[in-house]
Amino acid sequence: MSDITAKQRMAIQRQPMPQRDGLERCKDFDEVNTGYDLETAIKEAQRCLQCKNAKCIAGCPVGIDIPGFISKLADGDVAAAAEILRSSNDLPAVTGRVCPQETQCECVCVRCKTDTPVAIGYLERFVADYARENNLEKPKEVSASTGKKVACIGAGPAGITCAGELASMGHDVTLFEAFHKAGGVLIYGIPEFRLPNKVVEHEIKNVLALGVKIEKNVIVGKTVTIDQLFVEGFDAIFVANGAGLPTFMNVPGENLKGVYSANEYLTRSNLMEAHRRDAETPVLRGDKVCVVGGGNTAMDAVRTAKRMGAATSTLVYRRGREQMPARVEEAHHAEEEGICFEFLTAPIEVLGSDDGWVEGLKCVRMELGAPDDSGRRRPVPIEGSDFVIDCDMVIVAIGINANPILTQATPDMNLNKWGYIQANDDLATSIPGVFAGGDIVRGAATVILAMGDGKKAAKSIDNYLKTL
Amino acid sequence: MYKLVDKRNLGPNLTLYEVQAPRIASSRKPGQFVIVRAFDHSERIPLTIADVNKDTGTVTIIVQTVGKSTAEMETLEVGGGFCDVAGPLGQPSHLDNFGTVVVIGGGLGTAVVYPQAVALKELGNKVISIIGARSSDLVIMKDQLGAVSDKVMVTTNDGSEGIKGFVTDALQQLIDNPDMNIGAVYCVGPVVMMKAVADLTAKYDIHTVVSLNPVMVDGTGMCGGCRVTVGGETKFACVDGPEFDGHKVDFDELADRLTTYQSHERHKDQCRMLKAADKIKE
Ligand SMILES: Cc1cc2nc3c(=O)[nH]c(=O)nc-3n(C[C@H](O)[C@H](O)[C@H](O)COP(=O)(O)OP(=O)(O)OC[C@H]3O[C@@H](n4cnc5c(N)ncnc54)[C@H](O)[C@@H]3O)c2cc1C
Ligand SMILES: Cc1cc2nc3c(=O)[nH]c(=O)nc-3n(C[C@H](O)[C@H](O)[C@H](O)COP(=O)(O)OP(=O)(O)OC[C@H]3O[C@@H](n4cnc5c(N)ncnc54)[C@H](O)[C@@H]3O)c2cc1C
Ligand code: SF4
Ligand code: SF4
Ligand code: FES
Repeated sequence: MSDITAKQRMAIQRQPMPQRDGLERCKDFDEVNTGYDLETAIKEAQRCLQCKNAKCIAGCPVGIDIPGFISKLADGDVAAAAEILRSSNDLPAVTGRVCPQETQCECVCVRCKTDTPVAIGYLERFVADYARENNLEKPKEVSASTGKKVACIGAGPAGITCAGELASMGHDVTLFEAFHKAGGVLIYGIPEFRLPNKVVEHEIKNVLALGVKIEKNVIVGKTVTIDQLFVEGFDAIFVANGAGLPTFMNVPGENLKGVYSANEYLTRSNLMEAHRRDAETPVLRGDKVCVVGGGNTAMDAVRTAKRMGAATSTLVYRRGREQMPARVEEAHHAEEEGICFEFLTAPIEVLGSDDGWVEGLKCVRMELGAPDDSGRRRPVPIEGSDFVIDCDMVIVAIGINANPILTQATPDMNLNKWGYIQANDDLATSIPGVFAGGDIVRGAATVILAMGDGKKAAKSIDNYLKTL
Repeated sequence: MYKLVDKRNLGPNLTLYEVQAPRIASSRKPGQFVIVRAFDHSERIPLTIADVNKDTGTVTIIVQTVGKSTAEMETLEVGGGFCDVAGPLGQPSHLDNFGTVVVIGGGLGTAVVYPQAVALKELGNKVISIIGARSSDLVIMKDQLGAVSDKVMVTTNDGSEGIKGFVTDALQQLIDNPDMNIGAVYCVGPVVMMKAVADLTAKYDIHTVVSLNPVMVDGTGMCGGCRVTVGGETKFACVDGPEFDGHKVDFDELADRLTTYQSHERHKDQCRMLKAADKIKE
């Protein structure tokens, strides 16, 4: 690594991520963050102290050798840095963009003690982008064919990762995807201004290049069952169908025209590309939009609505700013884009016009009471504080549940009381040969945890196949 | 690609497509539907599976041209194919031997209800079909339904064929006939028609099944766009339906929600459904 002193390292400030102007970028779907250049990336890499006992590694759910890749980058050897990333993370260009670094790798970085953490996420993104754009990616090696067949159900981060791992171990892998396009939430949920489709598509292409086959438009549980897949000759199955079932608020007026679930709104605008004026799939373009919720999904919806031309786009959240589960960077970006926030506010009714369109959102103010089971202080309504937010569209983003299509068709599979699949430490389910991971096991979680599951399941499946 | 192996015109704006989709052909049960995209830029649209051939692995759909997607679909040629066909989706019909069953199809619903008539006949029911249309030239599938029905009745609003009036007028005649012991009614058509039929049969406590047609996106319970209120509860038509007990459905809400992309001044310029409808008129 380039020889600079520890003192010099400590003197370097965290390099800010170059980003487009808030009021400019909120008119289109191009990416907000434009990424480091090589020089800035190397400078940021030099901030890393190369700790012997690197805490950051334990903060990363897939245990990336963070000082390792950063040191190669600091030396200017991006190809080597990329290879280190790839060895533990199949989708670094994705996680570098969407991981909640502030609660994972970066929050435990020793530099937090003195100033600000090394920008691990930005560096990861840089390395992956630079390697892609300059053809520095070394193809993964594929072991000799084992003759064993594995089905991965769901082409989201968990399924894609597992398929890639298994294929490089020499197994014959087929991905089954319900939609007409692979990527899961990365394609239908997270908008392009945060994660461009071309980035996701490239990473998927890399996995398919390992020999993974994909069958789209297959809804496992409907088109084919798990039992039938075994009859077709698959030796093991990984279930990673995500948690796609929207939750509604159960308040009056929720079926008025102009009320969407975030899943519908984001699917229409992202997967079906309705944000393009010439797209076939329509989407309503509200002038005054309220989005209910405080997670990444709510943040994506409220920022999308702004980009679709809303004059005011407001996030309504029943807890306070500090309790919002969304990534800090997203909340910050939303503010820059002129998004309004109504904290400690809960909807109690959607108001409608005579012809059935949304006209307002009746809300009540909340205060934080005693902590609930999750340890978070529970919001309680303040009596008599009702008020109405004038709006013509409401998007509900208050969480998702387990989609029951696959599990209902698989009665032998043990589920927990919320309908998620039960899997043991090896991610094995109650059915021999069937493994599961990602959101369908964890409930709504994160991309990197889903990928971690994909990797772990691949190891377990490989071990299982050896016993056959 | 899902290869198109047969394409036939069945009447005004009515086309039959037989498409290669072996997995769907082998798992489909009557009452289920597919979601198709004719081209890579197309919208996802739901269409009932009219028939399947398990030996050749094909699925038949009967499609009425009403707007942009269905019009574009008509440009597909045998030998070419659909970009995407996903399914089978929805719950299978709960078909039974009810003795005598009245099968009612209004407008495009006639094509949708046809497979039910076939299956009901196979179960040994006496099948009486009623086809409703605005005028004689819009009456569809009379021969096909005739082949599986003990009797076919036609009603037209202008009286140009059969009984002048609505399907409910024909149904009332059947109900009033003392020799007729109607065990169940299957009805698919415009929302107003299904509502009128359900209102009528409720008076006589005749079990009535309707098939709902809300706007859909994924068809797998993921978006909630197809939600309907049945017996006071929210149901997703794509996973809980599309068939429901007609006496419990909130038809007014459904009719209203179906106008989402169609009627609202504020959104007119974004509403391609309107634009497409204008084009067809031209
Ligand atoms: C709007 C939004 C924003 C988010 N933002 C972030 C973020 O910034 N950072 C972060 O870390 N996490 C974020 N998340 C969470 C993250 O996306 C998920 O935790 C992650 O995608 C889960 O991966 P998965 O592979 O388990 O499932 P998914 O990504 O949901 O993929 C499941 C796939 O399975 C398919 N499928 C479903 N049922 C079937 C079936 N029966 N048969 C075949 N295929 C099926 C689906 O179509 C889908 O492609 C966000 C989620 C949403 C919705
Ligand atoms: C479960 C289900 C099964 C169906 N089965 C069949 C079938 O077997 N054959 C068939 O021809 N059609 C069927 N339909 C209706 C079909 O999906 C619509 O006609 C189609 O989506 C219209 O697309 P379009 O782009 O051509 O017209 P659009 O331009 O989308 O619409 C044209 C007109 O049709 C109305 N419309 C839009 N979507 C629907 C809808 N879902 N139902 C009714 N009207 C709608 C619009 O309001 C507009 O007035 C079914 C619908 C559902 C939900
Ligand atoms: S994958 Fe996520 S948690 Fe791990 S190092 Fe990268 S950004 Fe941090
Ligand atoms: S903890 Fe921070 S400084 Fe230490 S190795 Fe990790 S990134 Fe570098
Ligand atoms: S169409 Fe999306 S839930 Fe039914």
